[in-house]
Amino acid sequence: MSQAVTEIVRISGHAGPAPGAGLNREFHVCKLVDTTTCIGCKACEVACLEWNGYPFTETTFDNTYQTMPETAWNYWNLIKFNEHEREDGSTMLLMRKDQCMHCEDPGCLAACPADGAIVQYANGIVDFQEAHCIGCGYCITGCPFNIPKFSPAAHKVFKCTLCSDRVTQGLEPACIKACPTGCLHFGTKPEMKELAETRAKQLREHSGFADAGVYDPPGVGGTHVIYVLHDAKNPELYGGLPKDPHVPISVRLWKGPLKWIGNLALLGGLVGMAFHYMRYGPKKEQEIPADDGRRP
Amino acid sequence: MRSNVASRSASASHEDDMILRYTLGERLNHWFGALTYAYLLITGLAFWSPYFFWLAALVGGGSTARFWHPWFGLAFSASLFWMFKDWRQDMRVDNSDRAWGRVISNYIRNEDDKLPPTTRFNYGQKLFFWGMCYSVILLLLSGVALWYTEALPWSLRYVRYTAILIHASVAFITIGLFLIHVYMSAILEKGSLASMIHGKVTAAWAWTFHRIWYDDLRGASRSKQ
Ligand code: HEM
Ligand code: SF4
Ligand code: SF4
Repeated sequence: MSQAVTEIVRISGHAGPAPGAGLNREFHVCKLVDTTTCIGCKACEVACLEWNGYPFTETTFDNTYQTMPETAWNYWNLIKFNEHEREDGSTMLLMRKDQCMHCEDPGCLAACPADGAIVQYANGIVDFQEAHCIGCGYCITGCPFNIPKFSPAAHKVFKCTLCSDRVTQGLEPACIKACPTGCLHFGTKPEMKELAETRAKQLREHSGFADAGVYDPPGVGGTHVIYVLHDAKNPELYGGLPKDPHVPISVRLWKGPLKWIGNLALLGGLVGMAFHYMRYGPKKEQEIPADDGRRP
Repeated sequence: MRSNVASRSASASHEDDMILRYTLGERLNHWFGALTYAYLLITGLAFWSPYFFWLAALVGGGSTARFWHPWFGLAFSASLFWMFKDWRQDMRVDNSDRAWGRVISNYIRNEDDKLPPTTRFNYGQKLFFWGMCYSVILLLLSGVALWYTEALPWSLRYVRYTAILIHASVAFITIGLFLIHVYMSAILEKGSLASMIHGKVTAAWAWTFHRIWYDDLRGASRSKQ
């Protein structure tokens, strides 16, 4: 994980193996969001804004506790609110911290045409490199979570970096640092998965949430941001978290078979034309017969 | 069949016997369309595949290409609309075209003397024309949907999913049509390219490749006398 850049695995002229090499085998990072203990204070929103240094801009107030309807190019971390009426008539205020999920199989990256505009690090973080972004918005089409956002001023797309700049320095992401309730955790994927499962079990067995569970959707290969939900059967309740997210099938078709059919057809066409020219040569005009054939 | 040398000297002796095939307006619009299409092709291929991404460097880099591609798309659509206006009548497909289409293999084998006579445009040219006309409608609709990605709300994302497939597929259909068109007119059919530049063809060219059109013109000029 964070130590990936500082951990030494080979040393020149060194007697014996590098000390500590291979001790840390788990490089995959993970953020755990426990929606059941989130109080909606928005400290994480502020921390994200502060650390990444983007200006706060006008928002739309739509009669909820939400700062804005969805994340924005300069606002990567948004608590989504939902007043959910349960079957017994009681109301639950569901709060979910929305941000990039850092998919193991990222649709944004699959769709992006620009060399180097989106990278995935060995620790699982999916990072946009704005210097290489051409602003086409294909990543927006590829993402199943509605995360990448276009900046009309920069003509480029931005999203949560999972604080890759902090993580490489061995720090936890800014949102984690700011959370006052401890509902945000950061660590290796197996650690976070275990913690999440333990919490879900507790919710099921001791808090009466029979459907409590962990959200780590397999459709995108798992994510490097996972949730604990009271009701894992209905993730849509939590600000529209998709139940079974996949990279859109049309993006798969477009970047897969269509690409190959198109390229082969292009190549075949060019070869065919060259063949035709070599076999039949050019068409030339003929001389008009004296009587022109038909007209008197 | 006559030898190369003979046919060249034949057309040379007919130099005074030239027929106007394309007006200045038709020619200017044709090249406007061709240049805007070439730009769309270069930039579109750059977005299409990493193996073509370097093409964007030829026209100022990826961001610049992304900015201008849709605008050139509008310009190209306008050009095609103008062609439609100019050529719609001459491009009408009739029974003589269908007869021609049935023996198109003779055309492919360069056995043009075994083909029914054609009007101002042959069946292949007509198909190319209509193919481009219908394609540009689809490209325009899907292109506009992809243009301002951020303007399309999340609830309408399926429009984007559809548009990208349509845009890429139809673009490739037009690329196929375009390649055949360039090959036929610039390489295969001698005299064709020149006619789109200075507007004129020899009478022999017109007689060989578009005999109904040739006869009509001759008939018309005769009746004028
Ligand atoms: C008619 C108006 C047109 C408009 C408004 C338009 C607009 C667009 C837009 C917005 C995109 C996607 C984003 C980007 O620019 O990177 C795109 C991609 C593309 N366009 Fe167009 N376009 C038009 C015509 C054409 C034409 C005539 C061609 C033919 C070569 C073409 C070929 C392409 C290709 C190959 C792509 C990339 C598709 C991919 O990434 O797989 N476009 N166009
Ligand atoms: S907008 Fe930028 S990051 Fe998104 S797909 Fe296009 S080039 Fe890649
Ligand atoms: S959530 Fe969207 S933007 Fe984030 S990695 Fe997954 S596909 Fe990419």
